[in-house]
Amino acid sequence: MDRNNLQRQVAYTRRSLFDQGYLDDQFIQLEDLQDDANPNFVEEIVTLFYSDSSRLIHSIEQALENRPLDFGRLDNYMHQFKGSCSSIGAKKVKSECTQFREYCNAENAEGCTRTFQQVKQELAILRRKLEAYFQLARQAGGAQAG
Amino acid sequence: MVFGASSSSSKGMTSIDKRNDGNNNFVAERNLSALIVDDDLIVRRIHTTLLTKLGVKTQGVENGKKAVDLFQSGDFFDLVIMDMEMPVMDGPEATKQLRAMGIGSMIVGVTSRNLESEKQAFMGAGLNDCYVKPLTVDDMIAILNKLNNN
Repeated sequence: MDRNNLQRQVAYTRRSLFDQGYLDDQFIQLEDLQDDANPNFVEEIVTLFYSDSSRLIHSIEQALENRPLDFGRLDNYMHQFKGSCSSIGAKKVKSECTQFREYCNAENAEGCTRTFQQVKQELAILRRKLEAYFQLARQAGGAQAG
Repeated sequence: MVFGASSSSSKGMTSIDKRNDGNNNFVAERNLSALIVDDDLIVRRIHTTLLTKLGVKTQGVENGKKAVDLFQSGDFFDLVIMDMEMPVMDGPEATKQLRAMGIGSMIVGVTSRNLESEKQAFMGAGLNDCYVKPLTVDDMIAILNKLNNN
């Protein structure tokens, strides 16, 4: 595929991440901070996000195995994870985090367990889509403005 | 130095341009310094990069106690971006201690929830302003312009 076609595909892929609700304006804020002095800023922040996510998801998984459930602790972990999602503009994942916290407040164990699966699923989808987008952008020699 | 925030919400990969477009600019009248106080590494990185791009010399610490210790050791920062919830010492407590020490720096609080009651309580600790985090380019320029004018 020639460079122009690749760049068009990058722009289309990027646009669809917003149109399909995976990302919000905060991701654009990150893109705006990327420049010659910080050429990989967006990927660096997303990598930090993955690392943070792994840690918090693991903590929540362990906490969900305890009986009785400590809803305060679960809410605290998810509050932190939701904050990370806000920082990169991970819109759908953030929405699932909000749902989980509502179940924590209601002390609904079944709701927490079910929603946690949704959180992990949305996170996995986002990760796949972002990795594909970044790979395409690298091939095209940098992401294109949408 | 004049820094303008480009309107990039529909443009994607746009850098913060060093140009005077007449709108929402930050003019650095002197060398400013800032301290980012936040336990979230991602937020510290974002705010540090944003301030550095706007020409502000920036340092980061992960809790309120480290911020207080820095000021107590004689360091000074024109601007403090103070997170509300942190381990060891939270934002409200650190802000109260800094004000009790007579620190007149601009202290801007950041919270992860846009709850008016929470923001008001944090303001009561001695903040100059309070925002939802992470701060945007426009937020930061507004803060720095206010700092310049004070």
